[in-house]
Amino acid sequence: MAWQQVYSVLTHPRCINCHTATNYPQQGDDRHRHFANVVRGPAGKGVPALQCVTCHQDTNADSTGVPGAHDWHLAPLSMKWQDLNDTILTSAQVCRVVTDRSKNNHLDGAGLLKHHAGEPLVLWAFQPSRRIDGSMRTLPPLTHQEFVAATRKWVEAGTPCPQDP
Amino acid sequence: METYQLTVNGQPKEVAVDPSTPLLWVLREELKMTGTKYGCGIAACGACTVHLGAVATRSCVVPVSLVGKRPIVTIEAMAEDPVGRAVQDAWVSHDVVQCGYCQSGQIMSAVALLKSTPRPTEANIEESMGGNLCRCGTYVRIRAAIKAASQQLK
Repeated sequence: MAWQQVYSVLTHPRCINCHTATNYPQQGDDRHRHFANVVRGPAGKGVPALQCVTCHQDTNADSTGVPGAHDWHLAPLSMKWQDLNDTILTSAQVCRVVTDRSKNNHLDGAGLLKHHAGEPLVLWAFQPSRRIDGSMRTLPPLTHQEFVAATRKWVEAGTPCPQDP
Repeated sequence: METYQLTVNGQPKEVAVDPSTPLLWVLREELKMTGTKYGCGIAACGACTVHLGAVATRSCVVPVSLVGKRPIVTIEAMAEDPVGRAVQDAWVSHDVVQCGYCQSGQIMSAVALLKSTPRPTEANIEESMGGNLCRCGTYVRIRAAIKAASQQLK
């Protein structure tokens, strides 16, 4: 099912680490709390002396291992895909959140497709560059092209959501 | 090696360095501006904090190639800045400093906070300053000094 393919990407660490339910982002494949006491802040961009862009620039910094993309920030709490215990929500739950226009910045199917296709932070997930030790960050299970194709298929089917078991 | 035209504390500076050189080392080694400190090199401690495009920035993890045209302001310029001066005065009056190594970064973060939030609450201070580490433990006095500087700037 196309949605399951989309879900597999959304719940990969490169995506879900910024779709938290807490007042902080996560980092790493083990999704631990982001270091240096960074917090969400009122707009998901950090706080005055510790903004996301305090470290994260517009592009990846390969020499220092800091990932980057334009306007690095957290997804709003309305777009949380995990609970307060950092447990990833079910496929049905995430689908309901993603398709709820009162929560997703009023995006319809076409809007969701456009977001998946072109949002800089989404694109970053597929080119996340290297860590400080030189190792490559792991990639989502689909390429960006496959992810967009799955999204398109799901949107064209009317963005159906699975039922909770 | 590439040549970069930077604006540091209002002054044009030209440096020829490898593009991957962190801004911290450009400041310290190329421009001999040693007020900004190296504490960890991984953006974990805040000692290297400068203002880049008016944003408090950890210079140890920003390659000079990503600076662009954004103006750089360092601790050396704080005495000439009204908020910087108020923070420095409060630091002195509250006898904040012990070894002093983290304090450039602490001051730069405090100035960024007060420029954005002139009347910070305790929670505001804790959140903004929570990423600046001090091995001497001057945290209590730092927080008191920030409140004093905020009052001074009224």
